[in-house]
Amino acid sequence: MNTLTRETRDGDRAQAEREQFVAPPASLAESPDRYTLEIEMPGVKKDGLEISVENNELTIVGRRSLPEVHGTLVHREIRTENFRRTFELDPSIDADKISAKIDQGLVTLTLPKAEHVRPRKIAVA
Amino acid sequence: MDLIRYQASDWPLWSALDRWSSLRDELNSFFEMPFWSSFARAGQLFSGWSPALDLYESNNDVVAVVELPGMRKEDIDISLHDGTLTISGERKREITGGEKAQRTERYVGTFRRSITLPTRVDANKVSATYQDGILKVTLPKAEEAKPKQIPVN
Repeated sequence: MNTLTRETRDGDRAQAEREQFVAPPASLAESPDRYTLEIEMPGVKKDGLEISVENNELTIVGRRSLPEVHGTLVHREIRTENFRRTFELDPSIDADKISAKIDQGLVTLTLPKAEHVRPRKIAVA
Repeated sequence: MDLIRYQASDWPLWSALDRWSSLRDELNSFFEMPFWSSFARAGQLFSGWSPALDLYESNNDVVAVVELPGMRKEDIDISLHDGTLTISGERKREITGGEKAQRTERYVGTFRRSITLPTRVDANKVSATYQDGILKVTLPKAEEAKPKQIPVN
């Protein structure tokens, strides 16, 4: 049960879609009853976020709506590509109960573990 | 990105070249992974992290756009000193007790980003907004720095 939600690199498919994505930084924490995944997607609003689970693979795509600025760009560090990251779900995760929120460009996914893998106390009669 | 498998050397020359270009793509994509890009941005002397920043200049304003996902407005400090704009603050670790980190790519702790502005600005008129994890600082140019049209008589 120590396996984490592994990352999958599905470059082939991303390339087939002919769109360049950038992989955003993510942090994952585990607690006895769930995983919490945080992904940085600055410039992504709620309606620009697409989260899907297919074949036990979790895909998070964030389409950016960066603020419009008038003037000439004189110094650039921010990349303009949309975000995409994929993870293989650990078998202990109940995919139907995954929930997500986005707040100030930070996506937080809660991935609850299935009932049968959660630790439980057994009362001694 | 497909990884080309190494094969016996009876390939014609042009396909060998093709193989090199695909190796180059592999290397590029490797350095585009989050670890490297954030490593490149981390300051050398300062122990915290540095967010990415874009700078724009128009006739009337200088605008700085900074990526700061997952912050609270109160935790961002903006200061202007001697023509240098500094954005600093601290991102608090939000993992609660009972959780253990499995993967940590996001930076937590203090950050600082400074940039020398291309022209003089009016420090009293600086304004900032923070939305969707993007900080936008608008710095109106000082009167003497604005371009002037000189009429020909």
